[in-house]
Amino acid sequence: MDFKFTEDEEVFRREVRQWLEQEIPQRWIELAPGIWEETEESWALAREFQRKLSQKGWLAPSYPKEYGGLELSHMKRLILAEELAYSRAPLSIEVEVTVNWVAPSIMLFGTEKQKKDYVSSIAKGDIIFCLGYSEPNAGSDLASLQTRAVEVGDEYVINGQKTWCSYGHLADYCWLAARTDPDASKHEGISIFIVDMKTPGITIRPLINILDRHSFNEVFFDDVHIPKENLVGQKNKGWYQLMIALDFERSSIGYAAANQRIIEELIKYAKETTRNGEPLANDPLIRNELAQLAVENEVARMMAYRIAWMFSKGLHPSYESSMSMVFISEVMRHTANAGVRILGHYGELDRDSKWAVMNARIMRMCLSSLSIGVGGGSNEIQRNIIAMRGLGLPRK
Amino acid sequence: MDLGLSEEQAMLKELARDFLQKECPKRLVRQLDESDEGYSSELWHKMAELGWMGLVFPEKYGGSERNFLDLTILLEEMGYNIVPGPFFSAVVLGGLTILTAGSEEQKIEFLPKIASGEMILSLALTEPTASYDAASVKTKAIARNGEYVIKGTKLFVLNANVADYILCVARTKETKNPEDGITIFLVDAKSPGVKCTLLKTLARDKQCEVVFDNVTVSEKSIVGERDKGWPIVKDVLQKATVAKCAEMVGGAQAALDMAVNYAKERVQFGRPIGSFQAIQHYCANMATDVSGSRFITYKAAWKVSEGLPLALDIAIAKAWTSEAYGRVTLSAHQIFGAIGFTMDHDIHLYYRQAKAAEIIFGDADFQRAIIARELGL
Ligand SMILES: Cc1cc2nc3c(=O)[nH]c(=O)nc-3n(C[C@H](O)[C@H](O)[C@H](O)COP(=O)(O)OP(=O)(O)OC[C@H]3O[C@@H](n4cnc5c(N)ncnc54)[C@H](O)[C@@H]3O)c2cc1C
Ligand SMILES: Cc1cc2nc3c(=O)[nH]c(=O)nc-3n(C[C@H](O)[C@H](O)[C@H](O)COP(=O)(O)OP(=O)(O)OC[C@H]3O[C@@H](n4cnc5c(N)ncnc54)[C@H](O)[C@@H]3O)c2cc1C
Repeated sequence: MDFKFTEDEEVFRREVRQWLEQEIPQRWIELAPGIWEETEESWALAREFQRKLSQKGWLAPSYPKEYGGLELSHMKRLILAEELAYSRAPLSIEVEVTVNWVAPSIMLFGTEKQKKDYVSSIAKGDIIFCLGYSEPNAGSDLASLQTRAVEVGDEYVINGQKTWCSYGHLADYCWLAARTDPDASKHEGISIFIVDMKTPGITIRPLINILDRHSFNEVFFDDVHIPKENLVGQKNKGWYQLMIALDFERSSIGYAAANQRIIEELIKYAKETTRNGEPLANDPLIRNELAQLAVENEVARMMAYRIAWMFSKGLHPSYESSMSMVFISEVMRHTANAGVRILGHYGELDRDSKWAVMNARIMRMCLSSLSIGVGGGSNEIQRNIIAMRGLGLPRK
Repeated sequence: MDLGLSEEQAMLKELARDFLQKECPKRLVRQLDESDEGYSSELWHKMAELGWMGLVFPEKYGGSERNFLDLTILLEEMGYNIVPGPFFSAVVLGGLTILTAGSEEQKIEFLPKIASGEMILSLALTEPTASYDAASVKTKAIARNGEYVIKGTKLFVLNANVADYILCVARTKETKNPEDGITIFLVDAKSPGVKCTLLKTLARDKQCEVVFDNVTVSEKSIVGERDKGWPIVKDVLQKATVAKCAEMVGGAQAALDMAVNYAKERVQFGRPIGSFQAIQHYCANMATDVSGSRFITYKAAWKVSEGLPLALDIAIAKAWTSEAYGRVTLSAHQIFGAIGFTMDHDIHLYYRQAKAAEIIFGDADFQRAIIARELGL
């Protein structure tokens, strides 16, 4: 057992940190967009940054060299993920999705042509995908999705509606799950497609999220014709490909590192602020609360390290990732809510107020953290996975 | 980074699990819990033969020179099975104190006997304030003609009832700084003036009141330096805290395993209760608690092994693990329903352990106070 990073890894961490200090644009720091808060302006900054990151080889560091990757070790990937998140680097969540789910799925199931067309571009930071999974009647029960893809000649014709499609209005392609065999049982008739978002027949309608931002969308498909070659992997086997792709979700290491930063800022605030003539840091309840946040975040970090370590051993975490996700989601919600208590009235203020503290991050996090634990497999679904896959409890 | 067990550790773990399952069945656990001594000398000597008591002692003192992490792995298994007796007192509280701070003479005299199971030690630190800070040490040792006379009452002293020697933490000097002026004495438990009374406790562990009524000891019985005992106490408390966390991780794993197995078998409404989502989610939360506790404890134990700065990590491990163990055993009880409310069932043994482990060496609030300080608050 060894909890230390090697000297080489520590050198790498310092290199990443230094690079980030120089490369994060000032304008991004001013805008300070949190999760689900992207605007067109911040999105453009993020895309620029993404290309810079890729020039360092750090956008898709684990990819094989032929696709522009560095074949970086799992531990260095973990370090990179920690540093990117801690430094609040300009990376939208769709970049994570594209780099960590879409491209690995293409490498695993795609044709040679698909690999050539998409993977290198993804590694270069040139294209971004949105996910077309959820539908009005298919949330947690994703396999009951109804959007149809019908084979006609050398094309597929798509009809249906997707929802909650994050950054669909800004993405280049959609990674779409659609039904190709309506007569088969629900898991058997699903296929995965790559759809250019500029294809005629696609209508995008904004959904304004709880942060009052346009992050997700309803996406309507009306007789959308796509080339047959855009089917990824085997027809009707999309569900299984999708389940494997979900396991690519590396862990919650980024979340733990980002949350660490928030806790540090809360500690700093408590030290620098007086209330009723006493430093907040002297209040035993506040000390206790901050200490508990530090404890929880450290546990979350260890859970995430465990996932990275399993990958480094060639093991495939499944329920372990679920544990890690459920746990960090609750730690983040706890942090945000405890943060508001610590900040008191100041914790209510939004960014545009001159009285706002900590850039109103806490108030914003109080809202944004609601999504973590719902999107991408709710905590209940994750607990079902832990219980049934991890502990072998019976379904019936 | 490597979060896995070494081959040797995996072997130790497996051996310990098999041995304890066979040699320390729950029938024996109950019997010992109900007895006054609280341990079986037969089991004790078998454990000594396996080299467990001397696991981390150097070879020249009869040990096998394994590291602290190995001891942690062993304690995890002991926690899994529950092993009543003075192992923790003799090896962790007593043995490690002498190993880190004792004179060469003391090491030669005591460590081989601890390793062979001949000698049992106990640490008398806490007093009626029931707290682990230096200011609470009020028991006095007064120098007189090259000897010391100890007077005071120690409370919640584990296994003093069967100890051959008691490490008594006493005040030898009064200054403004309560951490200054504390000295550790090795006191023969049979010395005139030592009076030990067993306390009846929730976990039925053998905690005692030990009254030192003008007990005379020689200067040679001092462990470490006179007046400079507190850093030694602090050091051993830190190690003991991690060691206790390891025990808790094992106990929590056992409670989880028992509850999951029961949930798979117990049928109500025509189906195993483990198929009800309420029960499944209890189990999922328990498994997450066990897993988090394990890695946070291993991290602290690794730091002890490597001799790295560790006050923060230890406090984090104890703050988290002691509350997690409590939650896990509570959920386990819920899953067992009425059967868990009986003396015959085993789950309450763990619930009791969890309570005792939560309190000893400072509960989560106590640890969080340390954490806050360490964070610069
Ligand atoms: C910010 C955000 C961004 C998103 N981005 C995308 C995106 O880009 N693309 C995309 O396709 N989707 C996206 N989603 C949708 C996301 O995948 C779904 O929200 C998620 O799958 C849950 O589905 P639902 O919201 O319909 O909730 P439902 O499935 O209706 O669930 C409602 C509640 O019921 C519970 N529940 C459901 N089934 C069970 C069960 N079997 N046992 C116990 N409890 C259960 C859930 O846990 C939840 O608490 C996004 C969601 C959010 C919040
Ligand atoms: C102190 C005490 C005194 C008692 N006195 C009496 C008495 O005088 N007379 C008498 O007849 N009985 C008595 N009982 C028995 C009591 O009524 C039962 O314990 C109770 O009905 C639960 O049944 P069980 O213990 O068999 O647990 P089980 O029914 O086996 O339940 C085990 C666990 O599974 C859960 N579970 C069961 N079904 C479901 C479900 N559908 N969905 C989700 N979770 C489920 C339970 O909530 C519990 O957590 C007593 C019990 C106690 C503890």
